[in-house]
Amino acid sequence: MDFIRTEHLSFYYEQEDEQQNTPIDVLRDVSLSVKKGEFLAVIGHNGSGKSTLSKHFNAILLPTGGKVFVEELDTSDEDRIYDVRRKVGLVLQNPDNQLVASIVEEDVAFGPENLGVAPEEIRRRVDEALKAVDMYEYRLHAPHKLSGGQKQRIAIAGILAMEPDCIVLDEPTAMLDPKGREEVISAVTKLNRERGITVVLITHNMDETTRCDRVVVMDKGRILTEGTPREVFSQVQLLRSHRLDVPQATELCSMLSACGVDFLQLPLDTEECVKVLSEVLL
Amino acid sequence: MMRDITLGQYYPSNGVLHRLDPRIKVLLLIGVIVLIFCTFNFYALGVVALLVAASVILSKVPVKLYLKSMKAIILVILITSLLNLFYGTGEPIFQWWIFKVTADGIKNSIYVAVRIISLVMVSSSLTFTTSPTDLTDALERLMKPLSVLKIKTHEIAMMMTIALRFVPTLLEETDKIMSAQKARGADMESGNLIRRIKALIPVLVPLFVSAFRRAYELAMAMECRCYQGGEGRTRMKQLHMSARDFVALGVLLVAVAGVVLCNIFL
Repeated sequence: MDFIRTEHLSFYYEQEDEQQNTPIDVLRDVSLSVKKGEFLAVIGHNGSGKSTLSKHFNAILLPTGGKVFVEELDTSDEDRIYDVRRKVGLVLQNPDNQLVASIVEEDVAFGPENLGVAPEEIRRRVDEALKAVDMYEYRLHAPHKLSGGQKQRIAIAGILAMEPDCIVLDEPTAMLDPKGREEVISAVTKLNRERGITVVLITHNMDETTRCDRVVVMDKGRILTEGTPREVFSQVQLLRSHRLDVPQATELCSMLSACGVDFLQLPLDTEECVKVLSEVLL
Repeated sequence: MMRDITLGQYYPSNGVLHRLDPRIKVLLLIGVIVLIFCTFNFYALGVVALLVAASVILSKVPVKLYLKSMKAIILVILITSLLNLFYGTGEPIFQWWIFKVTADGIKNSIYVAVRIISLVMVSSSLTFTTSPTDLTDALERLMKPLSVLKIKTHEIAMMMTIALRFVPTLLEETDKIMSAQKARGADMESGNLIRRIKALIPVLVPLFVSAFRRAYELAMAMECRCYQGGEGRTRMKQLHMSARDFVALGVLLVAVAGVVLCNIFL
């Protein structure tokens, strides 16, 4: 079942030049569907429109052409805008700029407080959300004393406490170190696997996408290709021609196969890479 | 180094004052301040001083910290009590040139000194025992009746919360920008005052630009979390009045009665 569906979505904004206003196309005719419970990654390099796309999923931006539906709710319907945002939560790139309160648990409570949830129920949701991202023992800390990965997990908990069906993460790891990146990605993966929350992960780090169900590649505001990670990353040439990377393991083996080594299938992560390499070597 | 900064002067401990409802504490503070200015003889002043001393002891905060907060204001106390000393009317006890000290003047200067010291002590005992978030919370709830006058009490409290949240973030950023500018050869530690102020411009400009960018992103993040202003909002933390809050109110009432009686009969 489609949870989010975009139909011929396009978006442009007017760039105010000194003389004339030239519209800049960010998204062109994007038709995409996100299925309930799936883990979808959207990749593309800077300026590909992936971030703009993510902001259409919860009506932060409204399409200038085409439609976006969240469970049959039209996001451009102003009366239902908060219903859309309650279903689809958006986590932004910089954790520092999305935390509101100076105590972790009060920040997580901000969302449900806005929804008018009863106090005891907020308490329950906050505790549960913090446990889900393994930050429960930090509930009374001040956010500015936590690491980037911890802050970003608090931001995820803040969205989670609103009990959305879907979480969209807009480059949540771009400002984090490798350790923080791993913390965030495994927290998100866990939410998807254990709670069945639909996850849309926007990223430009290909190595983060190998655990996804499906990958959509964006380029210049269009969908370049989509499929399972294996299908997408086997098209090394296509991705390369659009200046996109493939996961390191895939890259290594594709270079080897260019030198004449035969692989049955290209690996996606280190584990698979070790396996296929040992098959070839032994 | 700036990361370790603690906001306000909250001193964590589990004294009786720490556990009072913050709303009650704010009301008590206002009460005591009014009381301080309603003392018209030494007996009444004594009652107030006793009350202030009790709050200092009950706060379980080292007296050293109170003295430290007095240090900033010691000059003001000295100047005002000196001025009062020479402004008395009546028979001079001691006279030299245009300066004359009267019994009235001595009395006034003692009043002023004790009043200012009590004011600082009692306000410090509030800020030492109440965390900034509890304080904004209490203020929001206490200001609620003002919304009848179309004052946006929720918005004011929200602004205070966000300001408190971003002070450490912006301090850290200032630190970073200063290092970046120093790395490019900016000189911020030498020269006269005007040169040093000028040297701050390359720090302030990027700081402002980034603060606006942060504000924009925060607004978006708040919208993502369905923020629609104060209407229909609930709070996770409910404040409850307990027995000790009523006891504290009772103590204040006894002090008020004491001051009134002293003013009338002694």
